[in-house]
Amino acid sequence: MRNLFIILKKEFTQIFRDKVMSRMIIMMPIVQLLLLAHAATFDIKNISLLIVDNDNSTFSSEFIAKFNGNNYFITHWNYGNQKLAESKLMEGSIDLYIEIPNGFEKNLLTSQESGVHVTVNAIDGAKAGLAMFYSNSVVNELINSFSRNKGYININQKFINIEYSHWFNPELNYTTFMVPGILVLLVSMIGLFLSSMNIVREKEIGTLEQLNVTPIKKSELLLGKLLPFWFIALFELGFGLILAKVFFDIPMEGSLWLLFAISAIYLTVILGIGLFISTITSTQQQAMLFTWFFSVIFILLSGLFTAIENMPYWAQVLTEFNPVKYYMQSTRMIMLKGSAYDDISVFIYKLTAFSIVINSLAILLYRKR
Amino acid sequence: MKHVKSITVENLTKIFGNFTAVDNISFDVEQGEIFGFLGANGAGKTTAMKMLCGLLMPTSGTARIAGFDIYKESEKIKRNIGYMSQRFSLYEDLSIIENIDFYAGIYGLEKKEIRNRTNEMLEKLNMKSIKNEMLSSLPLGWKQKLAFSTAIIHKPEIVFLDEPTGGVDPITRRGFWELIYEYAYSGMTIFVTTHYMDEAEYCNRISMMTEGRIAALGTPAKLKSDYNAIDMNEVFIKIAEVKRK
Repeated sequence: MRNLFIILKKEFTQIFRDKVMSRMIIMMPIVQLLLLAHAATFDIKNISLLIVDNDNSTFSSEFIAKFNGNNYFITHWNYGNQKLAESKLMEGSIDLYIEIPNGFEKNLLTSQESGVHVTVNAIDGAKAGLAMFYSNSVVNELINSFSRNKGYININQKFINIEYSHWFNPELNYTTFMVPGILVLLVSMIGLFLSSMNIVREKEIGTLEQLNVTPIKKSELLLGKLLPFWFIALFELGFGLILAKVFFDIPMEGSLWLLFAISAIYLTVILGIGLFISTITSTQQQAMLFTWFFSVIFILLSGLFTAIENMPYWAQVLTEFNPVKYYMQSTRMIMLKGSAYDDISVFIYKLTAFSIVINSLAILLYRKR
Repeated sequence: MKHVKSITVENLTKIFGNFTAVDNISFDVEQGEIFGFLGANGAGKTTAMKMLCGLLMPTSGTARIAGFDIYKESEKIKRNIGYMSQRFSLYEDLSIIENIDFYAGIYGLEKKEIRNRTNEMLEKLNMKSIKNEMLSSLPLGWKQKLAFSTAIIHKPEIVFLDEPTGGVDPITRRGFWELIYEYAYSGMTIFVTTHYMDEAEYCNRISMMTEGRIAALGTPAKLKSDYNAIDMNEVFIKIAEVKRK
């Protein structure tokens, strides 16, 4: 026990003395939360739209006005110059164009059957999808109001209006969605990078060999080297939560204690991975490379940027082995949905199992070397 | 019963894969003796030393360090030995006093004891006025003296030095050896590897290793007369040449 305190004292002295390290610990949550939460939004604004009006009628002007008044679009229009629209789409100065055919209004008035042609630059698939979705909803709204005004009771209603109601994040606010995710990233990165580099560093400078000839037990040494990052990562979580509350007013629907409890367990998984990495590497450079390798896989398969349901089947299977995914889901559930222990207990069990497996593996490997 | 032999080694062997790094070596070291372990690079010195310190498990053979068995009593051995490797082993980002406190602490010394020994040691090294300086700001020679003193802060029976004077100037090296002598007089056993042949002359007895075996063992004077050489350098070269033939 006394040895553990001696090691902890030394570790904390070294961490706080390292100016870069201690500054990073404070700056990372601030920068990541304040900048990334805004930057990493999936909301697309300022979609550049060109409407080619071949009809030049009252209704087509109304059509243009409707888009012009919509926040998501920056709308331009011309009359009948489709070639220009094509070339602009080619050079990338617009994201999509909508072509209103000649006789659009007349057709609507007589047969109620008409259409517009939408052409989208789909290089960025996500953006294209959203642009389509937005323009569709504008068009639908327009046609509905048109039918109503003209007294048609949608004789030939071919579309069903789907109304969405978004629970737990009613305004579909992406900051609300992203901030818990970024908190998860923060806690994971701090835990993983610092722990994987720390033991390797002692190996590199030769002090680990020195420690191995002292009466220090290996368990004391490992605990003493890993615990500081466990504390620091939990501190980061608390600090990040305060920032999230103050700057974004992110709700904390569930229990704060539950969030910290699951974080504490999750961090033992992360530190175990860090220990594993420092056991199989012998320089900080190698450790860095490994840590990046793991981080990128973990983060991309965590459901932060892409919904897991949208992944191919094999990738979904892979995510089952990703601790970050479980922690990400629990954090969002606790913070946004107010989930209680029973709702996330399965994640807690899985994380505990991961922790036991990875730590046993790392300690076994560590003993061998 | 007080044992007179600090180290006894019998038929110690270490095999890595199909390479025999240490091949069946046997020797004794008396208490208070300065025992030099010499040999070319890759002769197996460091491997042998690591086995004696408990950093490596031998493939076969036995050894007792300070009366304790290297297989069964490695924890007791660790309390009774000091070790200083060729790679510098203190923390650059801690101050002199913090380094001493840390190592003294993990050897289980009491607070008061740590303070006394630290004062005594800093006095001897003339570093009292700079005890709060970071290690990184000290010249290499000072660091090595400090590393040595820290390695023996718990007053071990035996201290293992693995090429302790690599990379320092002759005057600092001499100063370092004076320090070693002082402790040897007080009864500490010194086990030192080196490839500086002038340093070999400082040792009470020397073992010359080539290809994992002990090729010669004796006092510097005896080895010189045995090989009809004027200095240790010549002894070393003659042994290496015999081996080559």
